[in-house]
Amino acid sequence: MRIEDMLPEGRPVNLSRRGMFAAAGAGLFLGLALPARRPAAQGSAAAALRHATKVGVYLRIAPDGVVHLQNPFVEGGQGIDSAIAQIVAEELDADPARFFVACAPAGEDFRVMQGGNARFTGGSFSVRSSFAHFRTLGATARAMLIEAAAARLAVPASVLSTDPGRVLHAATGRALSYGELAEDAAALAPPGNAPLKDPARFRLIGHAQPRLDVRAKSTGNVTYAIDVKVEGMLLAAVLHAPRAGAQPAAVTNESALRALPGVHSVHRLPGAVAVVADTWWRAKKAADQAQVAWAALQGPVMAEDFSPATMLDRLKAAAGTPGNTAEEAGDLRAALAGAARVIEAEYDAPYLAHAQMEPASATARFNADGSLDVWVPNQAPDFFRASAARVAQLEPEKVRIHSPPLGGFFGRHFAYGPANAHPQAILLAKATGRPVKVIWSREEEFARDAYRPLSFATFRAGLDAAGEIVAFQAAGYGEGPISRHFGAARLGNPPVDGSVMEGLTGKPYRFPVKRVEFVPVPHPPGVNLGFWRSVGHSMNDFFFESFLDEIAAAADRDPFALRVGLLAHSERHRTLLQAVADLSGGWRRGPFTAADGTRRARGVAMASPFGSEVATIAEASVQDGEVVVHDLWIAIDPGRAVNPRTIEEQVQSAAAIGLSSALMEAIGFERGEVTTRNFDTYQVLRRDRMPRVHTRIVESGAPMGGVGEPGTPGVPPAVANAVFALTGQRLRSMPFDRTRLSGA
Amino acid sequence: MLEINVNGQIHRVEAEGDTPLLWVLREQLGLTGTKYGCGVAQCGACTVLVDGEAMRSCSMTVEVAAAHRITTIEAIEAHPVGRRVVEAWVAHQAPQCGYCQSGQVMAATALLTATPKPTPEQVREAMTNICRCGTYNAIAAAIGAAAEAG
Repeated sequence: MRIEDMLPEGRPVNLSRRGMFAAAGAGLFLGLALPARRPAAQGSAAAALRHATKVGVYLRIAPDGVVHLQNPFVEGGQGIDSAIAQIVAEELDADPARFFVACAPAGEDFRVMQGGNARFTGGSFSVRSSFAHFRTLGATARAMLIEAAAARLAVPASVLSTDPGRVLHAATGRALSYGELAEDAAALAPPGNAPLKDPARFRLIGHAQPRLDVRAKSTGNVTYAIDVKVEGMLLAAVLHAPRAGAQPAAVTNESALRALPGVHSVHRLPGAVAVVADTWWRAKKAADQAQVAWAALQGPVMAEDFSPATMLDRLKAAAGTPGNTAEEAGDLRAALAGAARVIEAEYDAPYLAHAQMEPASATARFNADGSLDVWVPNQAPDFFRASAARVAQLEPEKVRIHSPPLGGFFGRHFAYGPANAHPQAILLAKATGRPVKVIWSREEEFARDAYRPLSFATFRAGLDAAGEIVAFQAAGYGEGPISRHFGAARLGNPPVDGSVMEGLTGKPYRFPVKRVEFVPVPHPPGVNLGFWRSVGHSMNDFFFESFLDEIAAAADRDPFALRVGLLAHSERHRTLLQAVADLSGGWRRGPFTAADGTRRARGVAMASPFGSEVATIAEASVQDGEVVVHDLWIAIDPGRAVNPRTIEEQVQSAAAIGLSSALMEAIGFERGEVTTRNFDTYQVLRRDRMPRVHTRIVESGAPMGGVGEPGTPGVPPAVANAVFALTGQRLRSMPFDRTRLSGA
Repeated sequence: MLEINVNGQIHRVEAEGDTPLLWVLREQLGLTGTKYGCGVAQCGACTVLVDGEAMRSCSMTVEVAAAHRITTIEAIEAHPVGRRVVEAWVAHQAPQCGYCQSGQVMAATALLTATPKPTPEQVREAMTNICRCGTYNAIAAAIGAAAEAG
């Protein structure tokens, strides 16, 4: 994959404006790529509001008063349709329940991030990057409605006010609904200076609001990409090469396949064979019978000896190699030499699949006017338009990307080259002259996902005679999705891949001397790498916070007290730690005997993901050699809350996937082929192992942070630290179910 | 040509007898509320009621289904227990991405129809559907509320 594949319209934006990270590609992940945490995507206010008065582009108020809103972000369970409606409704003075929200098409007007230059749904950026934009948009629309009412009532705008859904003239008691005024208002020029509400008067923002899509989702009434139906379409099933990189030289039983019921045609695609039929099931049945001669026609093929174990060996072999500096303070060598004692540890984590419930699909239709429609699950319509245009050999302006609600995403639906189904749909629509929907079977989905990279880190800490930390060193090894999809040239100087390093970097603890470094080690090209919920934090906070517990044990300190001590400089973090302790009834490490007679203990961990701060406590016991997590207490400080109910739900969800990764998830390979290709072999958390999750939101007033991902990374280390407190066994490798625990 | 009884209506469908019920529902009857998740009866996204019992429609052939009454999510609000389950799902805001929720609602409806006041153990045994968004606690709360309301 080329770097341009990740850029809108294949063109880098002006590189000079904001330095090396400003290209729309790398700039998208600015907050992830830079070791120092900044209020990402909060550039100058004016730049961020470049599109905020384009009321007609975003909003249409129907005569019945329903507000139709174009959302630059895609709904995938995180509640973003409802959040954007809530923010706009606050300033517009409308009822959010009367909003109809859809994901906007590709295009300049919807690039609300990075100073009005970028658009994607990820990095827990959506609300924080567009909060000012949508407040301004709502306020501007309200001002236009008032102006239209002033003309209609022949009174000055200054004597008019609003209550939800209508403009009022208090002196005469007259009122005009937004629906009545919408047409007149739409003809007015949007003002550039509509006043924003005083936050003290917010009636929606900061208050729990119901989501808009819950009834539709409880009654099967949502059309996901896999459900899209287009007049005259054919259905396609694909069979990818067993080892990535191989190409179909021939389908040796093609004529037999074509004779099967409903089969339209058989096609060779890059790295795959497709059967097109009148129904997907018939296409799938035929594809299952395809006899394919796979060959190394071009590019590298996955090595026959490749497995996660060989990859981990490769990363371990790099241990001790001097890396690129990500963070540094003081003279590490001298501090370690002067330490009374040095402790060391190595940690690792496996490849993970996104395992979203909706498998990949895409529908493509070429139209008589030369345009192309593509329906595809995606987190970035501009990137997908650029990619679709290249595959179809059309100008991007000729391509319409439709972005239906996602049946889960967690990072799955970025433009990952061969991990996306839309190039196949486009090629097949072109070849057949008919609209085509490609659906990947669950087996193909697991085999061609872009995985959270298998990861490895090493740590060293120097302690003085009193057990105080005098030196700290961490190194992260490997290659992340930023290196893979944005190119090593975008990593800065020295090159540091934030998607490998975040969570080893950006920790709040203060050490007198420290060095954190990045050691690049590539994964094979046949293993696609992707952003997985909480990205680098998903493994690194486990590594770091577990090692911090090892330090506490070596220094004979309580791990909670150790953290408080290392955070003496940060009231925000100490407040959060205290909040999670209070939520759990006071810090109590154990082991202790619970009311049901089980021996249990608790572990604590912190994380600083995506502009938010999180403190987590887990309570665990051991049963039949496996960890049982009973309760998770999670305190999250997102700076400021927009919808507390959504935050609690996202913490539940993020905690579940974090626990799932901690306990059981791992992609397996044998002889270069993916072996974990359905939910029977790729285990994910089911309800029998779901703990209670208790959430507390702490609003520190710091710049707004993310909400969708931050609940994930604290869970694995809090659980591992509880297991250590209970059993004395230190878990240094995920998933934990691979380690037989000794019991309390 | 096969005849199947779905949501109280007889449908004639043209499909090989070994076609999974799921794909007949989705592709021939246009009932896309029933979801494809795994195809091997692991995840439960395709759960429908077969004579009132929760079954994975990906792993039941249309030939076998033809002998039974099938109820899908599209008819859930016409089911007295199903309607209560949906109301509880809405009140507890159970869905996130929503993709698994048709199957979850069907499984909960079957459970509460057979066992109006299930114990936590019975809920655990009946509700084996996977939710990648991790809405399990909200689902449990919604089932509790629907049982209360019954």
